[in-house]
Amino acid sequence: MHKFANPARFMRLSKIFLPWFMGLTILLFASGLYYAFFLAPEDYQMGNTYRIIYIHVPAAYMAQFGYGIIAVASAVGFIWKHPLADQAARATAPLGAGFTALALLTGSLWGKPMWGTYWIWDARLTSMLVLFFIYLGYMAVWQTIEDRVKAARIASIVALVGIINVVIIKFSVDWWNTLHQPATLMRLDGPTIGGDMLTALLLMIGAFNMFFITALIWRIQSLILRRRVRAIRMQLGGGQG
Amino acid sequence: MLKLALLIIARDLRLSMRHGSATTMVMGFFVMVVIMFPFAIGPEQKILERISVGVIWVAALLSCLLSLDRMFQTDYEDGSLDQFILSPVPLELVVLAKCIAHWLTTSLPLIVITPILGIMMNLPEAAFLPLILTMLLGTPALSFIGGIGASVTVTLRRGGILLSLLILPLYIPVLIFGSLAVKAAIGGYPAMEHLMLLSGFSLFSAAIAPWAAAAAIRAGLE
Repeated sequence: MHKFANPARFMRLSKIFLPWFMGLTILLFASGLYYAFFLAPEDYQMGNTYRIIYIHVPAAYMAQFGYGIIAVASAVGFIWKHPLADQAARATAPLGAGFTALALLTGSLWGKPMWGTYWIWDARLTSMLVLFFIYLGYMAVWQTIEDRVKAARIASIVALVGIINVVIIKFSVDWWNTLHQPATLMRLDGPTIGGDMLTALLLMIGAFNMFFITALIWRIQSLILRRRVRAIRMQLGGGQG
Repeated sequence: MLKLALLIIARDLRLSMRHGSATTMVMGFFVMVVIMFPFAIGPEQKILERISVGVIWVAALLSCLLSLDRMFQTDYEDGSLDQFILSPVPLELVVLAKCIAHWLTTSLPLIVITPILGIMMNLPEAAFLPLILTMLLGTPALSFIGGIGASVTVTLRRGGILLSLLILPLYIPVLIFGSLAVKAAIGGYPAMEHLMLLSGFSLFSAAIAPWAAAAAIRAGLE
């Protein structure tokens, strides 16, 4: 665990891996988009409109994946005072919030032709919206507290309380109202879509995932560099960085 | 141990009695928020009847939120919070006691004046008792989760807005189960499961809040 806590080692390793991740992202996006737009057939009910799910579903997964990363990184950072984990959690938040916003946006664009309105208070849309606000709150904690170490401790507490509540909120919102179609991919009896549609969707999910990881490494690198710049400035006595 | 917690609760109650104004101001705010709705929506009895439960719940939530930043603030300013950390009393117990004191000084007075607001908002007669009951069961969760938020923001200068941004999303389950239970009672459906989920949420937040809030206070005052 502590072997990877060293930011210098992270910088070294990430420099080797990053180009590969980037290449993989581009490859997956290219093939995924090709499948999604050319190979996957039109839906017999929804026509071409359904193709928005190739953006919407991966974005929604990434929104939840992002919060999962924040929660795990926060737990590691809180328990072992692991500085890299704190940075990882911090770096994930804007990405996760961005994907949440993307999922909300594509969801409402899809809703207009399907449900006839941009927004309905459907259970999944609503819990996505709440997730977005939880992301915002988490990011606000980092922004408000100036002292880095303190900010990391408090942000991790907020994230951990948040993850418990995300689950409860999801459950209670489902209880409150449900109109959205049930899950098609994660089912015990296998996915209900097949063939090229499934391939396209899986490729797009893979592409989003790789993009997420690439961007995350990038952001962690820049956070570490920013800290280093600040430290150097302090040493030179140049005041606040 | 229990005695110490009771002493802290008694101290907070005494402090709030002597200042007096805080509790009355929160009650005033609660009434004002509810009164704003008929002005905004119109005085039709049918509509008021329909929205009354939700409006009262939201107003209670906001009033609770308004009083949260004082939960640890005064203790932080006069140094009592440092003494609590140094004292042999576990900080978790202190937090628990302060949350209970917050509930007694904020939510309980709100619940007491709720029937009057219910009359003004044309709340159906069958809903009075269920509304009071759900508020009794649900508002402890507001104080406990609020305690986490208050402890996170206690050392910050601009804590108030951050506090509401952090805490309001976490209040959604209380709002959902609280108003669902009352609606079920009005419609004559069984409301038991909503009530149980609501009290479960309160108990659960009572169980996690002391740990989270104590950790946040320690991190903040380090």
